[in-house]
Amino acid sequence: MIDNLLILPVIAHLFTAILLLLFWQKTVAQRIISIAGSLIVLLLAVRLFLNVWTDGIFVMHAANWEAPIGVSFVADAFSSSMILLTSFAGLAVSLFSAAGVARARIMYGYFPILHFLLMGLNGAFLAGDIFNLYVWFEVIIISSFVLLTLGGRKAQLEGAVKYMALNILASTFFLTGIGILYGITGTLNMADLAIKVPQVANRVLVDITAIFFIIGFGIKSAVFPLYFWLPSSYHTPPSAVAAIFGGLLTKVGIYALFRVFTLIFIPDDFVRTLMITLAVFTVLTGCFGALIKRNIRRMFSYLIVCHIGFMVGGLGLFSEIALMGALFYLFHDIMVKTNLFLIAGLIRQLRGTMDMDKLGGIYDEYPKLSLLTALVLFSLVGVPPLSGFWPKVYLFEASFMAHQYVFVGAVIAGSFVTLYVIARLWTEAFWKKSPVNEEPSTNRFELMGVFKKTLLVLPVALLAFVSLYIGFGAENIIAVVRRIATEMMDPTPYIQAVLGGRAS
Amino acid sequence: MEIQLIILMGLLYAAGIYMLFRRSMVKLLLGIMLLSNGANILIFLLGRITKGRPPVIDEASKVFTDIYADPIPQALILTAIVIGFGIQSFAIVLLKRVYVLINSDDLDNLNTPEDEDI
Repeated sequence: MIDNLLILPVIAHLFTAILLLLFWQKTVAQRIISIAGSLIVLLLAVRLFLNVWTDGIFVMHAANWEAPIGVSFVADAFSSSMILLTSFAGLAVSLFSAAGVARARIMYGYFPILHFLLMGLNGAFLAGDIFNLYVWFEVIIISSFVLLTLGGRKAQLEGAVKYMALNILASTFFLTGIGILYGITGTLNMADLAIKVPQVANRVLVDITAIFFIIGFGIKSAVFPLYFWLPSSYHTPPSAVAAIFGGLLTKVGIYALFRVFTLIFIPDDFVRTLMITLAVFTVLTGCFGALIKRNIRRMFSYLIVCHIGFMVGGLGLFSEIALMGALFYLFHDIMVKTNLFLIAGLIRQLRGTMDMDKLGGIYDEYPKLSLLTALVLFSLVGVPPLSGFWPKVYLFEASFMAHQYVFVGAVIAGSFVTLYVIARLWTEAFWKKSPVNEEPSTNRFELMGVFKKTLLVLPVALLAFVSLYIGFGAENIIAVVRRIATEMMDPTPYIQAVLGGRAS
Repeated sequence: MEIQLIILMGLLYAAGIYMLFRRSMVKLLLGIMLLSNGANILIFLLGRITKGRPPVIDEASKVFTDIYADPIPQALILTAIVIGFGIQSFAIVLLKRVYVLINSDDLDNLNTPEDEDI
């Protein structure tokens, strides 16, 4: 179905960013515009999701050039739910940034770049053309470079060099893959590729192209052995930025993997084994990395890597149940990981440090806040009936059905280590008595007014509420992921929606 | 024509990857540039090179009857060049800033021990 309004979540962020540029250095106005813009995008995303849910896949052909000639934007259940989750995370980060990001950063263009980043994310989710997807990826990485370096502290710049080098490398691999794909099929439209790639006689060439995409998206989504840039850069920017990075940037790589490997390259045995092997190593290296870190944000960075493995493994198993589990985990992970980094920022505001050795006694001082945090941490660990529990049931079921016992072992090990590091975080930061410091710790939170405090706690509560809904309203989420998984296993409706009558 | 371009593309990829493996920041930058140029030539090659036949249709005819140069790879390369230009300019400024800050060209010196984060 044609609907030109599906592009609105992208346009709204673009206009918000331009409006923000007009209010250069007016920090109060920027905060208000950013929050209002994110709120509008959230409403648009809800509208898009509901429309897609009732009426099926929507397509927009840019400048009315019909696919496969023109560039098309497609909103199916997967895209629209990703946009919905991104909008929740975007709103939370906008709110948190209003109080949690230093004034000097806001003066020099923090908010406009944040909205350009969110625009890039929404665009990537809607792209129905593989080269268009590449362009959105570039929009995302160039905005993330600026967000990462804004402020110019030494640690930030050092992290940014590693982040930049590997992300540019990933883009080059992605571009190379697109070039070869165009060479062997002569089209760039993803629906058209879904028809033409299976017809290519030279399967080895197709597999090599698939490897280029795995490497390109693998670097972006931090899969073993390509994840090293992530733990060495995600602990450097302000927490609000780390939240949007941790929650969404690696997940857009996962989104692209899911999209490309369910639509264009249907995984054969070789690719499936490769993905499951990578997933097992990702889970193990990620969780063991988290074990040895004493800085909260460094630990969370490794946990991102660890949990990326669950999703890649689910894709590698490639059955409807496995995809349901992986997608459910993806939805849960976006909410929880964004929230974790916001909580790390909150702890930093309370104590002036994120080193577990110097933290302690938060539960005594702020019991309500600590309980809210505990809720998020339990969701991450997956205590039933919270949101991290349900996807693992599906992942276990699917891997037992496919006899992938190594992956089952890796998921169990990953979950246990997550439980251990989170329990350690809880005892060290919240329960342990505050260590006696020579210099008094700076509690910036106490000095703030009630309004600013609300701005810091409200986004954490909002995301915690969404996480709770994902956990307790699991039957609704399962209905969504079942529909997405069905669309993935049989992409015919997608192809027909994009190509219209010419598909057959 | 193709064979020279293929050799050039291979050289650009190989030199680019080799430069990325070096420890110097300047070589990292050169590696990024060489790689992106290699990718552009790859796209150009895979679009099947057709010399001297622009995709401009004759006024009298309705459809192409002759072979013509595929315009899509050229559009792709143009986009990729622009994007590459932006990213490389950013990379130059970033590496310059880092060089001023740590006073070294060696990427191995980028590991300041864990300091306090913001």
